[in-house]
Amino acid sequence: MIAAYLVLLIPFAGILFFAFDGHKQETGRLNVRFNAVTLAATVWLAVNVLNNGTILSSGKAFIIDSFNVYLIVLTAFIGLTTAIFSAPYMEHEKELGKLTERRLKLYYSMYQGFMLAMYLVLTTNNMGVMWVAMEGATLATVLLVSLYRTPESIEAAWKYFILCGVGIAQALFGTILLYYAAVQIGDGDNALLWSVLFDNARKLNPEILEIAFVFMLIGYGTKIGLVPLHNWLPDAHSEGPTPMSAVLSGLLLNDALYAVVRNKMLVDGATQGNMAGLLMMGFGMLSFLVAALFLHRQRDIKRLFSYSSIEHMGVMTFAFGMGGPLATFAALLHMTVHSLTKSAIFVTVGHASQLAGTQNMDRIRGLIKTQPRIGWGLLIGTVAIAGFPPFGVFTSEFLVLLATMHSYPWLAPLLLLGIGIAFAGLFRHIQPIVYGEQPEGQLPIKANLWPVMIHLALVLWLGLAIPDFLANWFSQATLLISGSMPL
Amino acid sequence: MNIEQQDFYTQAILSMAALVGLTSFLMLGQGRLLRLIFVFALQGLLLTLTTTLAAYSLNSPHLYISAMMTLILKVIFIPWMLRRQVVLMNMHRDVEALKNNTAVMLGGAGLMVFSYYVLHPIVQTSSAIMLNALAVSLSVVLLGMLLMISHRQAVAHVVGFMSIENGLFFAAIVATKGMPMVVELGVAFDVLVAAVLFGIFFFHIRTSIDSLDVDRMNRLHEVDQ
Repeated sequence: MIAAYLVLLIPFAGILFFAFDGHKQETGRLNVRFNAVTLAATVWLAVNVLNNGTILSSGKAFIIDSFNVYLIVLTAFIGLTTAIFSAPYMEHEKELGKLTERRLKLYYSMYQGFMLAMYLVLTTNNMGVMWVAMEGATLATVLLVSLYRTPESIEAAWKYFILCGVGIAQALFGTILLYYAAVQIGDGDNALLWSVLFDNARKLNPEILEIAFVFMLIGYGTKIGLVPLHNWLPDAHSEGPTPMSAVLSGLLLNDALYAVVRNKMLVDGATQGNMAGLLMMGFGMLSFLVAALFLHRQRDIKRLFSYSSIEHMGVMTFAFGMGGPLATFAALLHMTVHSLTKSAIFVTVGHASQLAGTQNMDRIRGLIKTQPRIGWGLLIGTVAIAGFPPFGVFTSEFLVLLATMHSYPWLAPLLLLGIGIAFAGLFRHIQPIVYGEQPEGQLPIKANLWPVMIHLALVLWLGLAIPDFLANWFSQATLLISGSMPL
Repeated sequence: MNIEQQDFYTQAILSMAALVGLTSFLMLGQGRLLRLIFVFALQGLLLTLTTTLAAYSLNSPHLYISAMMTLILKVIFIPWMLRRQVVLMNMHRDVEALKNNTAVMLGGAGLMVFSYYVLHPIVQTSSAIMLNALAVSLSVVLLGMLLMISHRQAVAHVVGFMSIENGLFFAAIVATKGMPMVVELGVAFDVLVAAVLFGIFFFHIRTSIDSLDVDRMNRLHEVDQ
């Protein structure tokens, strides 16, 4: 249990440290260290859970089970690699005169604040605290979206703030309804604890929980970026600093989906039906198709990949909604590989746009000629995210497709069509960027591509062979969520 | 069951629900920012009274803390901050011409009916009183959204945002005697931070577009033009 507290305390210390002392030269490196220590703590936590099973803290405030523990490790891992990328990147942005020291201080402090909010969402056992932490994540990142203080970034941040704030208010209404249903079966103070609710799910009033779930799905769905609640997402991703886009895409969206799935488990227990699942399938499929089409009409490279995130979140929501063991297993795997790939892509995109001096895709050209590593990184990342074998995204999308053919065969063509459209949408933009003629005077920049290589290597590994302990873990989580083991 | 047959507390809660709903409608049709902020503070005051009443009648002392926090945040701090912005921007004499005011008001009434419709299954588990209270809360939430849609000033958007928060708080008080303390503190903290951030944003928006009219923030598009 100490490990879980450490996971929360280290980022908290980080907020305070950077807020008061975050203006020195080596701040970027210190940020890396903070994240490295947190990662070590999460690994310790994971080993504990692996050996002893679900951990419930005394007072039941925190719960660590097979579902959230791998997400915690993933969060810490991506937090660390993005921090490694962000240190020289932000330094470069400062040299370009886009940032002042004070804003850099704010950036590092809020980076830790965002990580804290993410860990709190994942570890807490209290559905109310989960909401508070989710809103906290918005509050921590909203000033980072407007970090450059351009009119566009302020507009994006305002949109992000208002849309996510209003959206997530719906989730609080859902949580209040959940609490209302829970106090009717007694136990006032513990009535919002997920573990208690899960054990008593059958006794909860199904009608109230159905209403509650609609509000939760809309609320947390705004954060997942489900169509038609996605408007804030491309803006926030494209206008904020690139490391922020990487963690927003890789972590925030996942954690919002995590919150929805936790609630779905309660609703499924109460209603003994599939109302929640059908809603998620509908929203997921819609997001998937709409985002795939939108990929074709983008001009900004970061907007392109944020639509790709919406598309993939759609696939996951769809798969979790379908709910069988195979689909759930696929969704869990997809969460992992998408986070790894997408954050790697955003890191490369950050370098590419620094290299070309613009985010406009019409003017980024000839990356492979100028700096092969960035060019190949972007190309391989795009191949991976488009779902080509042998990468992990292929495996998970293939499993989702299998599950769809099994349970809802008439939806399988739509899924295939969407994957095809998305592939075309990505490659029509990326192909000239990496292969085209380089503009005159384009020079290589100092870039650290280790995070990208590690991420892509992991995705490749997951595509070729899922290591035993991880497969075991996914199976445990699948058992918890869907009630039976995958094949 | 008739309303006269209810106990004093229930009657009071119902009247409070009616008044809170009324303030939401008042805000919806208000074009003057200072009056809008005043009505918002009034709604906060009604919430404080409801909470105090609930704390006294239901004998749950932790609600006094919630009442205190509401008073400080929603009645004093946020209205003060918004008022300062309006005066600073010299907007206190402007009247915002609201488009389709009649349609918006009718839409608001429709939303209220819709809230009753959505929450109707709740009657099964408890009294019709609870339905009234929860439906009014939900309609305050929805009316807050409508307020944000129909007004163009950033200040009005913040009022709408915070009034959504008010609706949620009212639901928590009447339906479940408040949330667990840790959640309530967390929510209050989020509201406080959000209010401070809004203040920072007003400053940024003003320096960036020299106005607080959010219709003028239109540089970002879904697809390229």
